[in-house]
Amino acid sequence: MTEHPASASRPGVPLWAQIMIWSGLLGLLIMIGIGLARAQQGTIQRGDRVPGNLTLSLYQGYEYNGQSQVRFDALRGKVVLVNFWASWCKPCEQEAAELQQAWESYQSSGQVVFLGVDYVDTEPEARIYLKKFNITFPNGPDLGTRLAQRFRIKGVPETYILDRNGVVQYVKVGPFQSAQEIQMIIDQILLRP
Amino acid sequence: MTKRGFSIAVLLAILLLGVLAFFQPRQVTLAQGGTPTDDEVNRIARQLYCPVCENTPLDVCPTEACRQWRELIRQMLAEGKSEAEIKQYFVEYYGARVLSEPPRQGFNWIVYVLPPLMILAGVVLLFRTLRSWVKPAAVDEQEVEQLSADPLVRKLEEDLRRREK
Repeated sequence: MTEHPASASRPGVPLWAQIMIWSGLLGLLIMIGIGLARAQQGTIQRGDRVPGNLTLSLYQGYEYNGQSQVRFDALRGKVVLVNFWASWCKPCEQEAAELQQAWESYQSSGQVVFLGVDYVDTEPEARIYLKKFNITFPNGPDLGTRLAQRFRIKGVPETYILDRNGVVQYVKVGPFQSAQEIQMIIDQILLRP
Repeated sequence: MTKRGFSIAVLLAILLLGVLAFFQPRQVTLAQGGTPTDDEVNRIARQLYCPVCENTPLDVCPTEACRQWRELIRQMLAEGKSEAEIKQYFVEYYGARVLSEPPRQGFNWIVYVLPPLMILAGVVLLFRTLRSWVKPAAVDEQEVEQLSADPLVRKLEEDLRRREK
């Protein structure tokens, strides 16, 4: 049987174009997959180590030992409470006074550090908030939401308590109900070597 | 110029115009003192997205947080900050995700390069497909002559002609 001459000259999709199209689709699927996996990861969990190279810039008047920024690896050897908050966040107000009260009970011991991380906020409003609740522990903006991304926070308020080795020992999503609740958790972590 | 050459030239001209329009620098207008108007604030706010809401431009976002950010823009404009400086401040504080247009760097280039490439590939495919529909494939006349010379084919053609009568 003779093949029709027209079929030989009909243009098809060139091989390079096919490779490009399929590579593009595969890349797109991989990106969607990674995105979905990240979205389902949730916040960092108990037992996760917080990278030591993380840095928090601090507001003037809310420095740590006179320094305008603090690196997490400089805090090794101390129990660290990291509280994510924002001035526009109403539930954050419920725990603000409790956090300050708990901080005052540990401040002199030098074994515990409280860090307030101001999440996507404006500095003038943040200062009004800090003044309103008489907060004195180190606080600063989460520049570029870098800390929020590393802790994979889902909202504010969220609090993470790290042991002396920088390992997460407690995660609180939502506000604390009392200063005693905070102290009870920190005291348990302080008992560990 | 052949018809095909003319089509390609038109296509290239359109693509070139598209690329030039895409990369044209934006006109920057600055507040000239006094209290910046809502329009001046919103011109910048619409280029930024609320950092805590899903896909909401700052100029139409109704939350308290967004109102604070718009006020911050107003304050910065009153201080004489330029549009670029304000956007840079927002990026520094809230990350590049607040920009309605991601900065042209690193991984973000995919957003700018991939769609035009895909459109271009689509145009090429469409062009090739349409061309194959309009223009019939060339017939190899030598092969037709050879086939006509074949006695079997000639007999078959005669039979067909007789049937048609």
